[in-house]
Amino acid sequence: MSAAIGNTIVSLPDQTTAQIPKRNYINNEHGLLSWLLTGDHKRIAILYLISITFFFFIGGAFAGLIRLELLTPQPDLVSSDTYNKFFTMHGIIMIFLFLVPSVPATLGNFLIPIMLGAKDLAFPKINLLSWYLYVIGGTLTLAALVLGGVDTGWTFTTPLSTHYLNTHVITAAMAIFIAGFASIFTGLNFIVTIHRMRCPGMTWFRMPLFVWAHYAASLLMVLGTPVLAIALVLVALERIFGIGVFDPTKGGDPLLFQHLFWFYSHPAVYIMILPGMGVISEVISTFSRKRIFGYTAVAFSSVAIALFGFFVWEHHMFIMGVSNYSALVFSLLTMLVAVPSAIKIFNWAFTLQKGSITFETPMLYSFGFMGLFTIGGLTGVFLGSLGMDIHLTETYFIVAHFHFVMVGGMLMAFLAGIHFWWPKMTGRMYPESLSKLAAVTTFIGFNLTFLPQFILGYLGMPRRYHAYPPEFQVLNVLSTAGATVLGVGYMLPMLYLAWSLKYGAIAGDNPWQATGLEWQIQSPPLTENFTETPIMDHEAYDYEWLANKTKKEVTTVG
Amino acid sequence: MAHEAIHTDAHDPLNVTNPEHAQHHIVTPLQYGYVYVTLLLFTGITAAAAYVNLGWANPVIALAIACFKAVIVILFFMHAAYQSRLIKMTIGAGFFMFLVLVTMTLTDYISRAWGLW
Amino acid sequence: MDSALATTDPNMPETEVHAEHEHVALPQHRHHFETEEQQREAGSFGMWLFLLTEIMFFGGMFFAYLLYRNWYYPAFAVASNQLSVPLGTINTAVLITSGFCMAIGVWAAEVRKKGVLVAMLLLTTVFGLIFLGVKYDEYHEKYELHHIPGDSFNTSMFTNPAGYGIKEEPLAPDMAQKTQIFFFLYFAMTGMHALHMIIGIALLLWLTWRAQRGDFSSGYVAPIENFGLYWHFVDIVWIFLFPLLYLINRHPLH
Repeated sequence: MSAAIGNTIVSLPDQTTAQIPKRNYINNEHGLLSWLLTGDHKRIAILYLISITFFFFIGGAFAGLIRLELLTPQPDLVSSDTYNKFFTMHGIIMIFLFLVPSVPATLGNFLIPIMLGAKDLAFPKINLLSWYLYVIGGTLTLAALVLGGVDTGWTFTTPLSTHYLNTHVITAAMAIFIAGFASIFTGLNFIVTIHRMRCPGMTWFRMPLFVWAHYAASLLMVLGTPVLAIALVLVALERIFGIGVFDPTKGGDPLLFQHLFWFYSHPAVYIMILPGMGVISEVISTFSRKRIFGYTAVAFSSVAIALFGFFVWEHHMFIMGVSNYSALVFSLLTMLVAVPSAIKIFNWAFTLQKGSITFETPMLYSFGFMGLFTIGGLTGVFLGSLGMDIHLTETYFIVAHFHFVMVGGMLMAFLAGIHFWWPKMTGRMYPESLSKLAAVTTFIGFNLTFLPQFILGYLGMPRRYHAYPPEFQVLNVLSTAGATVLGVGYMLPMLYLAWSLKYGAIAGDNPWQATGLEWQIQSPPLTENFTETPIMDHEAYDYEWLANKTKKEVTTVG
Repeated sequence: MAHEAIHTDAHDPLNVTNPEHAQHHIVTPLQYGYVYVTLLLFTGITAAAAYVNLGWANPVIALAIACFKAVIVILFFMHAAYQSRLIKMTIGAGFFMFLVLVTMTLTDYISRAWGLW
Repeated sequence: MDSALATTDPNMPETEVHAEHEHVALPQHRHHFETEEQQREAGSFGMWLFLLTEIMFFGGMFFAYLLYRNWYYPAFAVASNQLSVPLGTINTAVLITSGFCMAIGVWAAEVRKKGVLVAMLLLTTVFGLIFLGVKYDEYHEKYELHHIPGDSFNTSMFTNPAGYGIKEEPLAPDMAQKTQIFFFLYFAMTGMHALHMIIGIALLLWLTWRAQRGDFSSGYVAPIENFGLYWHFVDIVWIFLFPLLYLINRHPLH
């Protein structure tokens, strides 16, 4: 076993002679304007990467402040109003400005055209517009924050948000409205690209699963986000004009807002997780040297998750006074989503079986994903059952549940993807041992932070309060300690990835011996990606094809 | 017609000639004229029908006419009749999702107070 | 045809227009598409997807309408009868005419009749503006009657219709209050529709300018075609709004 861990598939070119390719997308043009006005999907991906990292650390700072306040049972760090603003900003920033665009707008943007053998996304200008909308949305969020914050929670629950709060609800709603359009345009661009820009021979079932996952997520972005947009417009109108659409005193129904909001926000969790699942498929296949077991099943399960994702939103509203009969229907439909998610997990497990597994950093993060996502997913089934939900909802159990899915799942997948494609994006390797340390630190810190929260929630500690009974302190201290470790785990990649930009080893075209089209071109790629339009003449994850190709190259050169 | 010359270049069949691809078709002004007259006619009918007391049938007729008008606008003014299967499915998907939004939300509202809805 | 191409983009060197093979590249052809056909189909597919988001955007309001209409039917019926059917019908006809002109405009672009195209785009704009003018008039009337939701909303016309010379059953005060929801939905839906028209008219002016310059006279019609889709979609929204808002119950007291 220890021998297996020592093995690696990494093969780097001879560092004494290797060089970054002279012409690539990074040095093709110079100057700030060449970045800000670019149409190149790879440069826009980098712009997105920088901006979401910025917002990730702001959102993370709020998480740190929340955990710091919860260190003691008494409300001693901040007042309750301020605490409300903390968790609201944490939620808004992490969900709308980090998780939703995290993998699609960075890795997806960078890789989808290359994986399909295209020169660019279908609409480069709309792609750039999407980034600008994101920046405007982000700026407005920061404006809401600086002007005094919002304290509605990220859910903008009516009538709290429309009648009872005197904070910057409209600014924040506008920010999310605009950031929502950034997400719509990304999704629209992906769908058109996947339908229209595939290279010769790239049939639907030869596409990498990363692309399938993004296709499914894009459908959700395009169909779900506008419903959130209209819900937020109505909240803003209700606040400004007092028109009564969600106001029970005037005959409106506050639950209507909940229906519209969760019609988007439940599918939104699949917008967040599906691209992560795409990353995991690529990583697991590469580091076990096997074609993904049940490729077709995994591909269709992405689409199934997207479709079922639209049929279950009411499970967020079980205790809000919805009809019992309807709740029963939605509870049953919720169980349905577990099926395609399980298909994915089982197929990844079968891919690993008898594979030649090596334990590089992306693979470590992927293992983290598989374990933590499974726990997060299964606790989701608890919460989807009507009886359990009444006990567990609005407690720390639900906080732990969605952090297992979003942080343990999505963030792990994001980091796996960033490490996996870092050599392709920058042409340089990250430091291997330090990054393994970061992966393990993240995993330990994560479990220390969120496992106690399951217990806290089960014992009945409600979420969104800044004080709690003293008997909960031990578990809360554990959680805060874990958050510190987690913080270190996230700072590390930030530092060594920045370091590797200048000092990392030259990666070469294909350091992982992976099969994707993106690994057959130079790293970092040319602005036009391919010197000539590639022709896809093999299945995805065909390692024999790669071995033959490598053999041929060696004989030709030799 | 002059513009057909542009499309003589044979491109890769695997790439764009598939179910997602349709031959380009130009609708003639005469066809547009028929559609236009039909739309005006049904606008008149729908306004007139509202003044006749038909009980529950009033909203049904109004919506049926609206749907009919929308369909012919989509098919002819928006050329959906001549588009690829992909575009037709896209339009279908849009209305399907709208129906999901309506019907599934209604499961709550209708069953919250049986009979009072 | 070559001269037409050359005039559309003076910066384009002649040699690039005449590529090595007989295939003539349009100046608007983007490098990352293999063929113009691919570009055109991508553009129209993208536009349809955008319209999908619009369906869902309006869908939220249509659902709110459906819900409250069923809850507060008497209020909705009475409030709806305060809208003017003649104006609504005329506006529907105006908008359909505008859409018809747009459709002819797309045809003109396809067969490269520049004059007809420009004329049709202008007519589309004019009919769009007439629609907005009528809409403004209707809004203004509601403003004078204090039927705009908010603090100054006045329900006396619905609790005491006889006092205003209206043949309606008077509503109980709490039901009369619900007319505010009708008027809110009326303003939100028609207002959002009008906003789409204003954006559309701005785009129309820009397209007219480009058409006049000759951009769409050489076989490149994607912007006209895609804008046409948008404009017809706005028509369709109105086709539903008209019966839903104006024609709820036009035979009261029978």
